[in-house]
Amino acid sequence: MNMMSATECLLQMCDEHLELEDYASGVPRWCTGCGDNAILAAVQRLCRDEGLRPEKTVFVSGIGCSSRFPHYMKTYGFHGIHGRALPIAEGVRMARPDLNVFVNTGDGDCCSIGAAHWIHAIRYNMNITVFLHDNQIYGLTKKQASPTSPIGTKSNTTPRGSYLEALNPLSVTLGVQNVSFVAQAVDWIPEVLFDIVRAAYHHKGLSFVRIVQRCPEWLPASLDPWLHDPNRVQLLNHENGLQSSAGLSRVYRNQLQHDPSNIDRAREIASSTDTVPVGILYRNPEVPCYEDLRRIDELRTPELTRAGLNAELDKYTVWPQEQKEMVA
Amino acid sequence: MNETTLQQSIKKTSKKSELTAIKPAPITLKEHIVEIISDSGEGAQKCGQSLGSIAAQMGNGIWTTEIIPAEIRPPARSVAGASGNRIRIGAGRITNGGDETDLVVAFNEQVLLGRVRAKELKPGCVILLESMWRAHADPKVVASYIETYDALVAAGYKVYEIPMELECRNHVADAKRGKNMFALGMLCYIYSLELKLAVDQIVQTFGKKDRSVVDANIRLLEAGHQWAQDNLDFCYCIPAQRSTEPQIVVNGNTALALGVLASGMEICAMYPITPATSASHYLSEVFEKVGGMVHQAEDEIAACAFAIGASYASKCTVTITSGPGYSLKQEAIGLAVMGEIPLVVVNVQRGGPSTGQPTKMEQGDLMTAIFGSHGDAPKVVMAPGTIEECFYSIITARKIAEAFNMVVVVLTDAGLATSQQPFPRPKFSESWMAPPIDQSPVPEGARPYDWDETTGLARRFIPGQPGGMHALTGLAHDRDSHVAYDAEINEQTLRFRSLKLAALQKTLKAPAVFGDRKGDLLVIGWGSTKGAIEEAVETMRAEGQKVSSTHLQFLQPLPPGIKEIMQGFKQVMTIENNWSDRPEDQIIDETNRRYSSLAILLRSRYLVDIDCWSEVKGQPIKPSTIRRVMNEKLKK
Ligand SMILES: Cc1ncc(C[n+]2csc(CCOP(=O)(O)OP(=O)(O)O)c2C)c(N)n1
Ligand code: SF4
Ligand SMILES: [Mg+2]
Repeated sequence: MNMMSATECLLQMCDEHLELEDYASGVPRWCTGCGDNAILAAVQRLCRDEGLRPEKTVFVSGIGCSSRFPHYMKTYGFHGIHGRALPIAEGVRMARPDLNVFVNTGDGDCCSIGAAHWIHAIRYNMNITVFLHDNQIYGLTKKQASPTSPIGTKSNTTPRGSYLEALNPLSVTLGVQNVSFVAQAVDWIPEVLFDIVRAAYHHKGLSFVRIVQRCPEWLPASLDPWLHDPNRVQLLNHENGLQSSAGLSRVYRNQLQHDPSNIDRAREIASSTDTVPVGILYRNPEVPCYEDLRRIDELRTPELTRAGLNAELDKYTVWPQEQKEMVA
Repeated sequence: MNETTLQQSIKKTSKKSELTAIKPAPITLKEHIVEIISDSGEGAQKCGQSLGSIAAQMGNGIWTTEIIPAEIRPPARSVAGASGNRIRIGAGRITNGGDETDLVVAFNEQVLLGRVRAKELKPGCVILLESMWRAHADPKVVASYIETYDALVAAGYKVYEIPMELECRNHVADAKRGKNMFALGMLCYIYSLELKLAVDQIVQTFGKKDRSVVDANIRLLEAGHQWAQDNLDFCYCIPAQRSTEPQIVVNGNTALALGVLASGMEICAMYPITPATSASHYLSEVFEKVGGMVHQAEDEIAACAFAIGASYASKCTVTITSGPGYSLKQEAIGLAVMGEIPLVVVNVQRGGPSTGQPTKMEQGDLMTAIFGSHGDAPKVVMAPGTIEECFYSIITARKIAEAFNMVVVVLTDAGLATSQQPFPRPKFSESWMAPPIDQSPVPEGARPYDWDETTGLARRFIPGQPGGMHALTGLAHDRDSHVAYDAEINEQTLRFRSLKLAALQKTLKAPAVFGDRKGDLLVIGWGSTKGAIEEAVETMRAEGQKVSSTHLQFLQPLPPGIKEIMQGFKQVMTIENNWSDRPEDQIIDETNRRYSSLAILLRSRYLVDIDCWSEVKGQPIKPSTIRRVMNEKLKK
């Protein structure tokens, strides 16, 4: 290897130093005030701060307003089909341990049409960072109730109010065997949103981040009670989790010491209804990742394939008499 | 059961044998079809497979077909419960399962009855029937046995009652577990096969496991051989010619899995479904040894999406399924078409629609394969016609998928999946394998979809390539992979994706003609009917008929040259294992008749009045049936 001079080294560092613009692509087509913008900002900041190589980073999404996300990142992106972002991302992760894999999915995408994949993605626990953009409505298809819409939500398919209790994505996730990281953020506290996004990125395993996201277009006032009353947001602090800054603590006084390794407590917190817990609910770095359990260290070379194939063919071969004797 | 009654009954039934103690000279046969059937779990499958392998080693042509009951454990002694194997042994090459059976070994009369009712036995066929039921403790069983036996004899079958259970008990405590080896010994005698080869088979199967198991099985094998020699008044010899080339004997699903192994693909994502699963079972066993992995996903949609994700980020991957699972993959297949992601999808077809006949054979998914998904979703469709082609088609499919960035569908069926036919042992070539993925920086100014105006081809950018960053999307997109809101761009890209099929078509060879290029009737087939059609054509040509056939391995795109071939014949028809309306039905006429799949394709492409004949009996079409159909067609 060539030794680099100090100047060269410095030059290269400057060269490789990426700015926010280096991760931004196109002009987001989300509505003004849409919570997706805040998520995009947090994630672009993560990429810059962590110096993620754009060519080594893939954002996979399904279909929905939120799933447009990869188009606004100057990384690799895979804007897939409705509900299937997770299995696509699992395939990417399985094939390429060297890539950073992220998933952006909506509440319809993840909790309705893709619900089976969601449950199983938690079980697989592959090293993927998942952002659930939960606006509690189907945005792209113009206002239909989603599984996370609060009961009574008026929408185009529930004009007299939705009939069912909302599904709680945190409780569901925390109920699945192999869960290893669950956090909740809200789009309107960017500082905590960023901290959570970063913690999720650093967790090895499937990090599931539910982000309560505003949809001013279809549900303009639905989150107002939480937005306007800081006490209804409960910040989760812990030395092994996040620590609220002094500035934040002045506004958000409702704070709870919560050890993210305590799953029973995490489940209790997840089920609270009138306050929105914000922070890391659960983290267990010990859960094995499916790709590590399944990854084959053997590099697939022609020699290996030839040997493997021939060993198999031997089992089924009928040799001509002379050759048989030779083989025996 | 009491021993003396059993002994007496054996005395009674083996009287015949005492008269014919002298070993008869073997009768030379050109070919024979043998069945071994039992309740499931009694080992008839294993016995049949071994017989096939032994005959293949002797140098006979063989084709083995599994006889599978629909249920995992059907009730014992039930008419629908026959489990076993059917082996066609020939002096020359055998390309299909053939017609009706010449000789059956049955472990009880009920499973035999099932085969008789299905008209699978040749009139007068030889039946070797387990005789223990004659002395069974349950009078109902005895009555049923005697009634069936008498009926079979009256119907002209040559029934030999064989005390298999009793004879086996001289050698092992639990005769139920070794009877199949006794039967194998008998069959080795009957067909003059070397017993040594059977011994080798046993050693290979039970191998290092347990010496006592091996010994017990060998004792039973030898006992069966000896018993047949002492008691049977006939034996056969089917002349064999040892091949000078090593051959491998596997079924279609194993061949597919070996093809995956050899193709350089690294990931197979699947969800269990009959009759495709055994390919993935086998692959799960061996894939990791060469650095591959089988992912059992939560459903077929996930399996397809997983495969697509892996293909997108790395080498082409494969997903293996059958009809209903294939339907579930349709939306994801559309995504792969739109994103131009290479993907191999194997559909081992079964009887449909819906759950249909899960273990039975049908060629019902051709239209779904070509026109499936939604919108205009051009993809390549291939159908292997032999076990050997099952192996090579996967290698070809992988290559095409990566060369054209397309979805390649490989259609096999339950018949190929469970049939065995020897073929020359493949010699591995490095060119079968995908090269390592490109991770070099993309050239300055290169765009993620830089479609070629003539061929529609564009190279793909793989994550990890510096400068190639873009968001792949299932939405209509332009050369930069930006969402295209413009209908003009959408139309152009439809054109490019379609052109790729034409570009592939230009590289295909015209199909071969089996028989003369001129004549009265041409039969066109696809997939697993190949051997039966060609055999029928060969027989009819030997009788002086002017008939030929051609078999298509590529169904989408259709290869060039078909029109020219058809022009040499007065009539053209397809013969297929899928539905077509019967012209003789009262309300069916030219304005409403639904033709078989390939016939529809050929009629629409060549504007030629191509007829079709099809049956959907859940099993391979017999060569004799094809001859009858062709003879009728010639009379028209
Ligand atoms: C198979 C399929 N069914 C339905 C749709 C239509 N569709 C697109 S997005 C969507 C729901 C989007 O809601 P959500 O996932 O919550 O995302 P959001 O737009 O709110 O971000 C639906 C039903 C589709 N694209 N594909
Ligand atoms: S409809 Fe709602 S979710 Fe979609 S972009 Fe507008 S505000 Fe955002
Ligand atoms: Mg939504």
